[in-house]
Amino acid sequence: MSKMSQFMQWIDDRFPATKVWNEHLAEYYAPKNFNFWYFFGSLAMLVLVNQILTGIWLTMNYTPTGEEAYASVEFIMRDVEWGWLLRYMHSTGASAFFIVVYLHMFRGLIYGSFRKPRELIWIFGMIIFVLLMAEAFMGYLLPWGNMSYWGAQVIINLFSAIPYIGDDITIWIRGDYIISGATLHRFFALHVVALPMALLLMVFLHIVALHKVGSNNPDGIEIKQYKDENGIPLDGIPFHPYYTVKDIVGVAGFLFLFCLVIFFAPDLGGYFLEPPNFTPADPLKTPAQIAPVWYFTPFYSVLRAVPDQQLGVIAMAGALIILFFLPWLDRSNVKSIRYKHWSFKIWLALFVVAFVVLGYLGMKGPTPMRTLVAQIATFYYFAFFLLMPWWSKWGATKPVPERVTH
Amino acid sequence: MSNDGVDNGKRRFLTLATSAVGAVGVVGVAVPFLGSWKPSAKAQAAGAPVEFSLDKLEEGQMVKVEWRGKPVFVVKRSDSALEMLKNKKDGLKDPDSSKFPEQQPTYVDQVNRAIRPELLVVVGICTHLGCVPKHKKETEVEWGGGFFCPCHGSIFDLAGRVFTGVPANKNLEIPPYSYLSDNKILIGVDQGAA
Repeated sequence: MSKMSQFMQWIDDRFPATKVWNEHLAEYYAPKNFNFWYFFGSLAMLVLVNQILTGIWLTMNYTPTGEEAYASVEFIMRDVEWGWLLRYMHSTGASAFFIVVYLHMFRGLIYGSFRKPRELIWIFGMIIFVLLMAEAFMGYLLPWGNMSYWGAQVIINLFSAIPYIGDDITIWIRGDYIISGATLHRFFALHVVALPMALLLMVFLHIVALHKVGSNNPDGIEIKQYKDENGIPLDGIPFHPYYTVKDIVGVAGFLFLFCLVIFFAPDLGGYFLEPPNFTPADPLKTPAQIAPVWYFTPFYSVLRAVPDQQLGVIAMAGALIILFFLPWLDRSNVKSIRYKHWSFKIWLALFVVAFVVLGYLGMKGPTPMRTLVAQIATFYYFAFFLLMPWWSKWGATKPVPERVTH
Repeated sequence: MSNDGVDNGKRRFLTLATSAVGAVGVVGVAVPFLGSWKPSAKAQAAGAPVEFSLDKLEEGQMVKVEWRGKPVFVVKRSDSALEMLKNKKDGLKDPDSSKFPEQQPTYVDQVNRAIRPELLVVVGICTHLGCVPKHKKETEVEWGGGFFCPCHGSIFDLAGRVFTGVPANKNLEIPPYSYLSDNKILIGVDQGAA
C-alpha cells in the first residue's frame, strides 16, 4: 500500500471520507441527459460561497450603527484596499443569487422536478427561497442609504396590517418607534449570523433529499427503473467527473457575465443598486419614489394591485405560500413539458408573461392603467396555481419513453 | 436487558412528565430572547412624552417639536382661520375625519381636529409617502394656509385635512396629547390618561 492510500485508510477508519465522496460525487449517478437548465443549482451554490466569503470580508470594515453605517460603507468603497471590489461582488451577488434561483425554480416547473418523490426537495428549496428573501431584505438596510431606510420602513409596516397587535409587532421588530440604529444592528446580526446558518442548513437538507431520491431529468422519468447487473442505472453517469466538468463550463459562462456587471455596471443602471441609496438615511425625508430592488418587485406588485391594505398583504403572502403546494397542484400523468399536452405551454407562457409584467410594474409608480394591468396579472398568477389541479389534467399527453432521450 | 415486567404506563407517564417540564423550560428561556427585541430603555426614553410650553407661541406661528424621532407641528390658529375651517367642506377628501378614524384620537373635535380649537398639534409626516410637509400661513397662500408637501404636491388645510386632487388620501395624523395646564401640553400621553 502506498503512503497515500495508507493515510486514506487511517482517515476512513475514523471518518467516512471515501464513503461520502463516493455516495455524493464519484458514485452518485445522475441522468446522462442534463441540459443547460441544470447549471443553475450548482451556480446557486457558487453564489452562496461568493456571498459568504465577500460578506465575511465586508464585516471586517463595516460598522452597524445608525451614526457610522453609511460612512463605513463609503470607507470600504474609497479607503479599504480592494474594498470596492468586495462590496460590488457582494451587491451584484445578491441580484445574481435571485437570477439563478428563479431560473433554477423555473427548471423545476418545466420538467416537473417537484413531483413525487421529490416533494420535500421542492419544499426545502422554497424555504431556501423565503430565507433568501429575508436575507436580501435585511442586507439592503445595512448600507443605511435613504432607500434602505424607507424600504425597510414600508416592508416592516406591512406587519401593521395584522389586526389588534400589528402596531406592537412593528415596534417589536424595529426595537424602536421608528427605524433606528437598534433596527439596523439587529438586522446586521440576523443577516450575517442567523440567516446564513439557516440557509446553509436548508441547502444541506435540500441536497440530502436530492441524493436520496436522485435527480430528475428533462424527460421526467426515473433512471432507477433500469439498472445493470451492478445496480447502476443504465442512463446514469457519475456526477464526478462528468457533471463537475460540465458545471465548470456553466461557471465560466456565469463568471463572464458576473464580472461584466461588477467591472462595467455595478449598479446596473439603478436596478442592482438604486440611486436614492447614494444619499444617507434621513428619517425626515422620503425618496421621491419608493421601489424595492428588482427581485422583490413581482410580489410588491401583487401587494399594490389589491386596493385594500390588509388584503394586499394577504395576497402577497399567498403568492409565496401557494408555491409550497405545487407538488400537489400538478395532477398531470407526466412530469416533463416534453410530454405534456400543448395547453401546458400556453398556461406556462402566460405565467411567465404575468410574472415579468408584475416585476416590471413593481419598479414603476402606480397609475390607474398600470394598476389595472397588475390586477389582471395578479389574477392570472393565482389562477395558474389554483386551477392547476384541473387544467393539468386537460388533453392527451404524449407517450413517455422508457429510457432517456438525448 | 430484559423487558419482562416493564410497566409501559409508568414509562409513558415519565416520558410525558419530563417532556412537559422541558417544554416549560423552553418557553421560559424564550422570554428573554423575545423580550430583548423590545425598545431598550434608551429608545423608550427617546420615545417618552414631550412637554411643550405655549407661552411664546404667537398667533399663526408654527413650532416643530420632535417626538419619537418624528416631527410634530404645533400651530396656533387665528379666529378667522378657525371660522374658515368650520365652513369649508368642498374640496376636502375627508372633511369631518370620519373615513380614517385612526388618524386622530377620539377626544379631538372631528372638524378642527384639536382639543382646544386654537391649538393644532399634528404629526408632520405626509400620509402619502412620508415626506415632511411645509407649513404655509393663511396670509401666505391663496388656498387658506396649511401644509404643502413638496414631494408630490399634497395639500392639507390648517386642521391637517387633505384636499381633493392630491395623491395623499388620509388626513395628517394627530398624535395623542394632553393639557398639563392652560399653557403647557404633553405630546405622547392621551388627554385624561394621566
